[in-house]
Amino acid sequence: MLEDLTLKLENVLKKVTGQGKLSEENISETLREIRRVLLDADVNYKVAKKFIDDVKVDALGKEVLTSVTPGQLITKIIYDKLTDLLGGNNKELTLNPTGVTIILMVGLQGSGKTTFAGKLAKFLKSKKRNVLLTAADIYRPAAIDQLKMLGKSIDVPVFSIDGSKDAVKIAEESLKYAKENHLNTIIVDTAGRLHVDKELMDEVVNIKKAINPTEILFVVDSMTGQDAVNSAKSFHDEVDFDGIILSKMDGDTRGGCALSIKAIVDKPIKFLSIGEKLDEIEVFYPERLASRILGKGDIISFVEKAQQQFDEKEAQDLEKKLLENKFDLEDFLKQIKMIKKMGSLQSLISMIPGVNKALKNQQIDDRELVKVESIIQSMTKKERKTPDILNGSRRMRIARGSGNSIQDVNRLLKQFKEMQKMMKMLKTRGGAKNILKNFR
Amino acid sequence: MGFGENFNFRKLKDGLKKTKDKLFNSISETLQGKAILDEKVYEELEEILVTSDIGYDVSMQIIDRTREGMLTEKDRSYEKVIEILEKQLSKVLSKYEDKVTISDKIKANKPYVMLIIGVNGAGKTTTVAKLAHNFKKDGLKVVIGSADTFRAAANEQLEIWANRVGVEVFQKEKGSDPSAVAFETLEYAINENSDVVIIDTAGRLHTKSNLMEELSKIKRVLQKVIPSAPHDVFLVIDGNTGQNGLVQAKEFSKYAELSGLIITKLDGTAKGGIIFQICSELKIPLKYIGVGESVEDLQSFNPSEFAKAFFE
Ligand SMILES: Nc1nc2c(ncn2[C@@H]2O[C@H](COP(=O)(O)OP(=O)(O)O)[C@@H](O)[C@H]2O)c(=O)[nH]1
Ligand SMILES: [Mg+2]
Repeated sequence: MLEDLTLKLENVLKKVTGQGKLSEENISETLREIRRVLLDADVNYKVAKKFIDDVKVDALGKEVLTSVTPGQLITKIIYDKLTDLLGGNNKELTLNPTGVTIILMVGLQGSGKTTFAGKLAKFLKSKKRNVLLTAADIYRPAAIDQLKMLGKSIDVPVFSIDGSKDAVKIAEESLKYAKENHLNTIIVDTAGRLHVDKELMDEVVNIKKAINPTEILFVVDSMTGQDAVNSAKSFHDEVDFDGIILSKMDGDTRGGCALSIKAIVDKPIKFLSIGEKLDEIEVFYPERLASRILGKGDIISFVEKAQQQFDEKEAQDLEKKLLENKFDLEDFLKQIKMIKKMGSLQSLISMIPGVNKALKNQQIDDRELVKVESIIQSMTKKERKTPDILNGSRRMRIARGSGNSIQDVNRLLKQFKEMQKMMKMLKTRGGAKNILKNFR
Repeated sequence: MGFGENFNFRKLKDGLKKTKDKLFNSISETLQGKAILDEKVYEELEEILVTSDIGYDVSMQIIDRTREGMLTEKDRSYEKVIEILEKQLSKVLSKYEDKVTISDKIKANKPYVMLIIGVNGAGKTTTVAKLAHNFKKDGLKVVIGSADTFRAAANEQLEIWANRVGVEVFQKEKGSDPSAVAFETLEYAINENSDVVIIDTAGRLHTKSNLMEELSKIKRVLQKVIPSAPHDVFLVIDGNTGQNGLVQAKEFSKYAELSGLIITKLDGTAKGGIIFQICSELKIPLKYIGVGESVEDLQSFNPSEFAKAFFE
């Protein structure tokens, strides 16, 4: 049982011996692993590199909580930074209270613009807007029919000029039509285009000039790889879009392209498109995407719990006591309580990756923790501070009082003694590493 | 030169110029004028490979092998590094080249049946039109089956393409059972004495098991009419796709055994490096490359010829 508690003590010891700060050395392995995780999630090579370098610069020298490792802490810091970045510049869709709100959809071929236009129309209709869909994709065969069918299914009018080869004119005319018919929201669907296609990029710029949209939304397939930075940058430079839509998020892609795009153009991610049906639209939560990109939800919730429960002062006291060799059963009891606050021991330990594999596999019984606790609680204050006075009869009394066997009490005291001895060693010989080796 | 191929060395070179340039010009630039191969060079190579969506692990493998290769080389020039890199990449692509070509299959089966599958928006329908165009040019009688009965105006889209290309299309109304469309398309093709049948399917994400089951069903139904069909099942992958492409390919292959890969949208700046992982994991060849939106923009992928065009 005591071994479990050493998990926590181990970290206290590290702190005592000066390993409690994030250093180049103690986080480099984790950073390497995380870089790889990001690349596997399709975060652009340069973006991943810069992101990690930036986090590192900020994090170096940070104090490590007693109950987490430097690797765990830096993982949590990265997760927080990722969440901040993804959620950065957050801004809701602008809807003008008066006049016409014009939303222009842009993006590469097959990114999901038309389907999303239908979803947004349905969503805004439910918000009591009078919506018009404009079919300005004059290139893809039957793109106009597709939008018409979508419009029909949600009872939203669709503006098109059949046979027209002028997307700018269609957009302009639809604006007139909306005004005449008292429709206050227009969603303009445009053809998919490659960012290197000069002619088509000019077209979308001209549409923008002609109708002066309230919002330009860049739709990007969430499965996009490294090149997301290039297309996003070009679309940004050409039309300066206002928001990002991540489509096909109902798949199992990690969605790292979102980080790439956010790093290149700091525009808000406004919605997720999560299916083929028109109500499959979701507002964006940065934490969810951050954990989807990074994984490691177990470590993050572990560090969060530790941070919540961590009492800075108690830890400092403990540290001091350790240094002065005053660590007693009273302190031990405090430790147990702290661990208990953090949840069941089994779940807690299973959350710690890599640490003490043997422990993980071993079924840890929380009742044993309760047992240790009850034994200590049956001791007097004096007994807790000076366990040496615990002779046979005192032990017998404690066993009976706490409802345990005398063997249980003996085992606890023996293990505690060993622990104290090691702490002494730490003080005399220094080097927590040696001690920890003995400990396992 | 076989049936349904669109292979024009000059055109291929133009079409693939970008792809080639993207990968190898940057490598050359990196290495040119560098007398010694230091860590920095390998790091730059890492960046180039990873940025092409080849994947981190595979990129590292390639670099490690290149490093090993260079150890025993007297020639330390950048040309040598490129040669070693090229060899590794082209080996992956040529390794699973079919012994029986599409042309052979067309000669042996009447009709020859091709099933086109992939995620939403990958470029399936456009590719079907391009393929039909190529076969038609070779004087083959082509029927397209419109088994995307789900997406709005999918039928209309395919019909417009079929008319442009000048081939027949078999369709049923929206919402019909796609395997019924597949079944009837085959019967129709047999009746009409067609040479080639191409079945277009609805886009589906590989995570939706009910939709994936539908693919197995289409395949089973095709086999009811012609036991050896489909003679080819091609997965269409968007050239912009990142590492999820491998997951897609693996999942699709569980439901309909893939015989090859088609990668689209390589006319942009994406490099399509995920194909290396897909081809080597699934042991299937890359068959065609989409380089634009018109029917002419599909290039047959012939590994040896390609390698020549790619690396010459
Ligand atoms: N630039 C480019 N666009 C393509 C290519 N192949 C398909 N597309 C476009 O991608 C979009 C989706 O294609 P579509 O065939 O409808 O995809 P499907 O949903 O898989 O059937 C359309 O706008 C096509 O014009 C290609 O090789 N290059
Ligand atoms: Mg289609």
